[in-house]
Parts: sequence; structure tokens; C-alpha cells
Amino acid sequence: MAQPVTINIAATGRKITVPTGLFINNEFVPSIDSQDTIQCINPATEEVICSVVAGSEKDIDVAVAAARKAYKTTWGKNVTGWERSRLLNKLADLIERDAQELAELETLNNGKPVKIARDFDIGDSVQCLRYYAGFADKIVGQSIEVDNKTKMAFTRHDPIGVCGQIIPWNYPINMWSWKVAPALACGCTVVMKPSEITPLTALKLSELIIEAGFPPGVVNTVPSLGSVGGAALSSHMDVDKVAFTGSTVTGRRIMEAAAKSNLKKVTLELGGKSPHIVFESADLDQAANWTGLGILYNTGQDCTAGSRLFVQDTIYDKFINILVEKFKQLKVTNGFDEEAGAGPVVSKMQYDKIFSYIEGGKQQGAKAVLGGEKRPGKGYFVDPTIFVDVKPDMKIARDEIFGPVLAVAKFSTEEEAIALANDTSYGLGAGLHSNDASQCMRVSQALEAGTVWVNQYNLLNNNVPFGGKKQSGRELGSYALEEYTSVKAVHWNYGEKLDWPL
Amino acid sequence: MPETYVHKFDTPTFKGEISVPLGLYIDGKWVDGSSGNKIDVINPSNGKLITKITEGSPKDVDLAVAAAQKAFDTTWGLHKNGFERARLLQKLGDLMEQNADKLAALEALDNGKTFNWARTTDVDHSIRCIRYYAGWADKILGQTIETSEAKLVYVRHEPIGVVAQIIPWNFPLQMMAWKIGPALATGCSVILKPSEFTPLSALFVAQLIHEAGFPAGSFNLINGYGHVVGQALAEHNGIEKIAFTGSTLVGRKIMEASSKSNLKKVTLELGGKSPSIVFDDADLEQAVKWAAFGIYYNHGQCCCAGSRIFVHEKIYDQFMQRFTEHTKSLKVGDPFDPEVFQGPQVSQQQYDRIMGYIKSGKEEGATIVTGGERLGQEGYYIQPTIFTNVKPSMKIVREEIFGPVCVVIKFKDDDDIVAMANDTIYGLAASVYSQNVTRALSTAHKIRAGTVWVNTANMLYPQVPFGGYKQSGIGRELGEYALANYTAVKAVQVNLHLNLS
Repeated sequence: MAQPVTINIAATGRKITVPTGLFINNEFVPSIDSQDTIQCINPATEEVICSVVAGSEKDIDVAVAAARKAYKTTWGKNVTGWERSRLLNKLADLIERDAQELAELETLNNGKPVKIARDFDIGDSVQCLRYYAGFADKIVGQSIEVDNKTKMAFTRHDPIGVCGQIIPWNYPINMWSWKVAPALACGCTVVMKPSEITPLTALKLSELIIEAGFPPGVVNTVPSLGSVGGAALSSHMDVDKVAFTGSTVTGRRIMEAAAKSNLKKVTLELGGKSPHIVFESADLDQAANWTGLGILYNTGQDCTAGSRLFVQDTIYDKFINILVEKFKQLKVTNGFDEEAGAGPVVSKMQYDKIFSYIEGGKQQGAKAVLGGEKRPGKGYFVDPTIFVDVKPDMKIARDEIFGPVLAVAKFSTEEEAIALANDTSYGLGAGLHSNDASQCMRVSQALEAGTVWVNQYNLLNNNVPFGGKKQSGRELGSYALEEYTSVKAVHWNYGEKLDWPL
Repeated sequence: MPETYVHKFDTPTFKGEISVPLGLYIDGKWVDGSSGNKIDVINPSNGKLITKITEGSPKDVDLAVAAAQKAFDTTWGLHKNGFERARLLQKLGDLMEQNADKLAALEALDNGKTFNWARTTDVDHSIRCIRYYAGWADKILGQTIETSEAKLVYVRHEPIGVVAQIIPWNFPLQMMAWKIGPALATGCSVILKPSEFTPLSALFVAQLIHEAGFPAGSFNLINGYGHVVGQALAEHNGIEKIAFTGSTLVGRKIMEASSKSNLKKVTLELGGKSPSIVFDDADLEQAVKWAAFGIYYNHGQCCCAGSRIFVHEKIYDQFMQRFTEHTKSLKVGDPFDPEVFQGPQVSQQQYDRIMGYIKSGKEEGATIVTGGERLGQEGYYIQPTIFTNVKPSMKIVREEIFGPVCVVIKFKDDDDIVAMANDTIYGLAASVYSQNVTRALSTAHKIRAGTVWVNTANMLYPQVPFGGYKQSGIGRELGEYALANYTAVKAVQVNLHLNLS
């Protein structure tokens, strides 16, 4: 166990060796106390790719201890911002070098098209690492005027310490980079728990951590079940902070565990049921393209998926016709197919969940004008599905489906659109299409979401913050640094003598 | 067609050949100058000619400005986003790193500083500086500001446009990095004028900039004389900003020309006569070493050199004894000799100037404790020199000598010393030596200088701002502060629904 396996990628003829052990202290090791393994499935073929070691609660202890030791000796305040910058840039270069190989591994385990994995997931990840590499030597505090004669005060932005990071399966490499980059830039050490569904690229990236030259213990990778490794990190007494991206349900548990253990800092990126509004003045063709991107990109497995579409009544019929035609053009197939615009959903569980929502939608009276039927054959393929006549109280309008299923409703006034859009327990993303500039401003101000797209959807930039209302913390941009720094104020007396007794 | 010069090195610290282009670099091409004239590049170790470079003229400046503006309007400026500018600067950093030894050798040849200092300090710092500013390129942020719900108000930090940068001969490569780093990171188009005394490393780096893939016109290099090319840049109506490092005298001319032409933005890094204050509770041995480093580093050719050393009377004799011994132990000689600390001064002109000050010191009645003479018959070598028994009115106390010459002054009063230290038109830096934190910090906070070192000297980092109080300059370089020199602030106010009746 814990030996590397060689995987053959039939579609490209490539052989990739993937480490299968737990990555702790720059070594791949077996579990300290368990024989459990995690099976990795190819969602396009339903076949087993390989198995990897499943980390136990004790393995998390070992990893945390390694991270703590590194933090106290070779990382943390013992390494300059310049050196952290250099190493992060080196890591980015290595990922760029291995982009094609990593993309194929990502496709094998997650299902997304190879081209998209390489040019977008990995391309953005490389840029993210470089962006935060640039920040590593720019972590500044303030010097604050108190009383010039006797005292000076200043703040230090110290690294928080040992960070547990729990990432999802929808963008394995990209989510990895969003978490690792700012943490390392600030001087934190990391225990990363990748999703048990898609651990392979996180393990492969761990090899690059060694090659880049990071000291042992700075980044540790422990694939594990959420209920085991994730729970262990959230409740660990020696973890200073946990960052989680995933479902709202799990997010609550993490926050609860943090509160009950050592009050560790918590940042959460959770779900969404993001509204996408098309006003009558919009460029309908473009709006349809962006709507397609919003719900079909990554086969709808995106926290910001624009899964509720609101179309103004005056253009409703016209727009829906355009939309249906656009959706039909997307090729949903094996990610190794050159023409694939989207791949299968990631697992049987997700597949079943999505179809359960589809059935529910039909039962509650929504009408599927496209898709909604299962395909014969192997692979967890879900075809683009559009439900119309969706009422706000239907499950397909309220719950996050996390698949290529769009719930459509009509509206007549701007006020109505805003009210419908904001009628959700979520607040991650929102989009609107309009050629009326004042309307764009008004509506973007009114939408209750952490990211609002105007005449666009889904496209993020590494230097622009991302996060939700009704969620905690922000990723990307300079804001992410705050999540990995701990502010210490130093009061330095150099001129005041204290009289005693008081 | 401009030529290339190949210099063959066969020294204990560097062997090999380095090729340097000799023309002007305008609009992505190496070109001959309009005048056809050349400038001699002299080796300060022996006074001999190394090669001749193309001399730029005001006509060449016009061409460069046009190319810079065109690039700014089409392929550079905000047409290349921050991520791309960051990539290009990092690429330049990579190329500089690959050529680190060559850059150090050129610097030692042209400027006279030792190869070892050039390699471990100048070249290393310059690469870090470029990489530091690469990191800023995609982080140029403005604010969104609350006014009322009827409006959206935000601020953009846009690149200024075409900028001129005139750099000195004391740290040729490093000064280039300090200037082009923030300018290119923010998206400005640059016209760089290196010193006519030390053009070689800049010419070499221009090749690397070309190789890195910066768009044609985003960076231009024009060698030439200060009073010709420098003046043309300062007067040009097509240049929005000028950055100058050099003497206070020339700094004034730049500011004057800017005010008379188009009121271009001006930042200046000028001279200094920085005080080093050694209190009686200093760690004496360390203070001696740092104070010596403070004046003799780079042959005293540092704008922030600690050239006035104030020593508390209680420890004066001990300090002088050790300081003199230490000064005498500094090895002066060939820049490529690994044992040497100090090479020649940069030029005949500088040599004459420094010897002139030494002469004036003697004439005004100061005492030379050690040094004061030339070394050898060839090259511009001057012995590290200590003057004592000086009066505040003496030229060697008031004026910037820019050589390995210091004055040591006794003091007794803590309050008095601040007045003495501040008694100068300059305000670039200062060093305070004391083990008592109260004394050290209180003094540090009272000295009027842009950098105050406590128990150290001459240490600079790309991320820490540097610049002068008083007549030592205007503006700050390095750190985040440098970005302000190259960005123009635009407030955008968007009316949502504030209707006029």
C-alpha cells in the first residue's frame, strides 16, 4: 500500500504515475493505523481508476504535527516573504510545465473536458499561484502614531499558523490553488484534505511541492472521507484555521466543530442558487450564450451556477427559443473527446441526486422543454435540461441541484425580477443582462450576492475577491490574505515610567 | 547599423566574453543616433578606453517619445493587463538571473566596484527589485467610495503615460531596476537615460528586455550627456513625468525645466550628508564596523553615505582608535581581485572632485588621521580617509564629497546631537548607534531623514520605501510607495438616479 500506480490513459496513450500514499513531510506514506482505501472512479466509464490510501483521524494528527513543526522551524516566521514568493513562482512554473499531464488526470477522475481542464482550470491555477507569489513579500502592517514622546505602536500581520483546507471535487486543481496559494504566501502551513471523490490531482501536485523545494511539512495532503479527515481537522485542537469549500450542510458542521474545539478561524465557501436575469433590452444572443455558460459550464457543477433564469415577459418566447437551440449545440460527452463542451457529472451519487430533482420537478408541475431524460449506456451523463413554468416554492427553484438543470420563470417589472432573484437562502452569485446602463447599476446594487455579473456570467479573475453573502470569508484578490494573517499589535514603550502604587 | 562590443574577461573572479550593443534602443530596435557622435567609455581601474557608445541627441529623444506614446496607446499601457505585465517582468528577472555573473562583471568593469560586491549586492538586489515589482503589476487597486445610494463612485489608478528616467553612475544596474520596475509594472512607457559614465549594464539589460518580449516602444534607451539628452527629456512636452537620481544641483535644473515646459510630474533622489551618531552606550565594535560600512561602501559613492560621524566624547578615543585601524585595513585595489573591498572611483572627474575636497579640508585646518592620498599611478584609486578637528562651516562638513572620505565629530549632549545631525540642507538618511532603545528610538524619530537606521547602515530592501527629506529629494522609491510615482488617479462618478429638475 502507498506505492505509486501507473495509470494508462487509453484516449491519449499517456501513462501517468500517481502516488497513492498520504503526503506528509514531503513523503508518501501508508496510514499509520488503518487499511482503508478510497476507490477513484472514472465518471465517463464508471470504471475504477485506482485506489488510494484513506487517511484516518490519527493520520490527521500526524499531518498536523508535521505542519506545526514546519511552521515553528522552516516556515512561518522563519522564512522570508522573498523566499515564499520564489517557491510559489517555482511551483507555478512546474504546474505549467506539466499542464497537459495534469489535465488528463483531472479529466480521468472528474470528467471535465481535457482542453478546459488544461486551459482554464490549470491556466487559472498557475496564474493564481503567481498572483499570490507576488503578494508574499508585500504583507505589511501599520505603524500608528500614539504619543511621539513615549511610545510607538505598530501591527504585524503574522501568519495564522497551521491551516486545515478541505476542498471539493468540482474543480480539484483550481480549488487546490485557491487555497494553497494565499496560505503559503502568508507563511501558513497546510494540511489539505482533497475530496475523496477526486484525490488524484492533489496527490500528483504534492510531487511538485517536493520538486519546487518547499520544506517538509509545509504542505501535507491527506485524502480522507469528509466525516473522518474533514471532521478531524475541524475539531483539531492544534489547527489554527480551517477553510472549507463545499455544501452548506457540511459547512455548518465544520463551523460547529470549530466552535466546540478551539474556536479556530473558519472560512466557508458554500452553495448557491444564483439568479440570472435577462431584461428586454439585452443582446439576446449574447445573453443566451452567457446563460448557457452559467448553467452548463462544468456540467452545472459550479457553486455560482446560474441555475434560476428570469426572463422578461416581452422577450420570453423569443429568448427561450434561442436558448433551447444553444443548449442543443453543446456536446456533453467523454472529456477526452476533442469536441466535448462538458463531461459527465462526477459520481453516481451526484447523478442520482440530479435525476431525483428532475423527477421532482416534473412531479411538482414544471415542464421540461429540453432534456430531463436518462441516457442509455455507461457514464454519469446528464443532458442539458430546461424547466419552464417554475414556481418559486418548487424544490428545483429552492434547492441547489449542482447539475445542468435550469429553472426558468417569467417576470414583467424590474422590481419583480429583483424580488424573485433575492428570494433564496443563498447569496453567492447573480447575473443580469441589459443594455440600459442605469438599470444595470440599479439592479446590480439591489442583488444580494457576493459576485454580480453584468452582461456576463461565471468568469472570475484571480485579483477580484469571491465569496457569498450569508457565507463567511472571501477568496481571491487581496482579501484572501486577511484570511491567513493574524494581526498582532505591538505597543513599545520607550519613554514612559510607571509610578507605583497606582 | 549600430555595432556590438565584445569584452574579453580573464580575471580571478570572472572569465569569459560579454557582448554589449552600442546603439540606442528605440521602438524595439537598435539604431544609430541622429548626430553620429560617440561617447568614450573609460575603465576607471586604469583610465583606458573600453569602447565608444552612440551618443543620443534631442532628435533621438523625439523619436523615442513618439515610439513610447504609440506603444502606450496600442500595445502597452492598459492594453496589456496586469497579469501580462507581471509575466514580462518575471521573465526579465529570469533572464537577469541567468546572466547574473555577466552583469556583475560589466558593472565592475564600467563602474569600478568589486565583482564580488556587484554580484552579491547590486545584481542580486536588482533581480529582487524587478521580481518585487512584477508582483505588483496585477495589484494596482483603486477605491470604491461611498457618497450616496444615488451614485457609484470609484477611483482608477491609471498609468501616467510616457515617463523619462535619468539614472546615475554609482549603482548603474540597481538604479535601472528601481526605476523600470515600478514604471513597467504600472504600464507606463519608459525612456531611460543611463549615465554617460556607466552605460554598459543598461545596454546589456536592454537586450534582455527585448528578449523577454516587451512590446516595441514600451521601453527605450538613449545614452547621452545630461545637459543634452537629460535636458531634452526634462523639457519635452510629450513626457508626462520625469524621475531623476543624481546631484541636487542637476535635480534643480530638471525641476526648473519641467516647470517651464509642461509641468510634468517630477520625482528626485538627490544628495545627502547623512549623520552617523555613535552614543556612549553603543556596542562599540559593531558601531565601528557599521559606521565604516556606512561611509566606505561603494567607495563612498552612495547618496545615503554616513559621511558625518558623530561620536560621544566618552568613547571618542576608543572609537577613533578602532575606527582608524579598521579603515586602514580596508583593501583597495583591482575590482576583480576577490580580496579587495574598494575599487577605483568612477571617473577622472569624480577623482578630481574628491581630491579637491581633501585639499580643502587640509586648507581649512582639519586633521587627516589616515588616507588623503591617491593609490597607485593608474586608475582613480583614493585611500579611505578620515578627517577630525572639523568645524561645522568647513566645506568637507557641509558639502557632499561622494568619496571614501568622512569627518568625525565629538559630541557630548543628547539634545545637542539632534540639532547637529539635522544641521544640513540634506535629509536622506541617518544611522543611530545605541543599545538603549529609548535613546535610539527617540533620537531616530527626531532626525529629519527619509531613512533612519538603528544599529545598522546602508541596508535597503525592494519592499521598504526610500527617499529624502529637505533637499535630498521629492517622492519615494521602492516599496508600494513607488507605484504612486507612476500612476494617475482618476475618480469616476456615475450618476444612477440623481435627476435635475
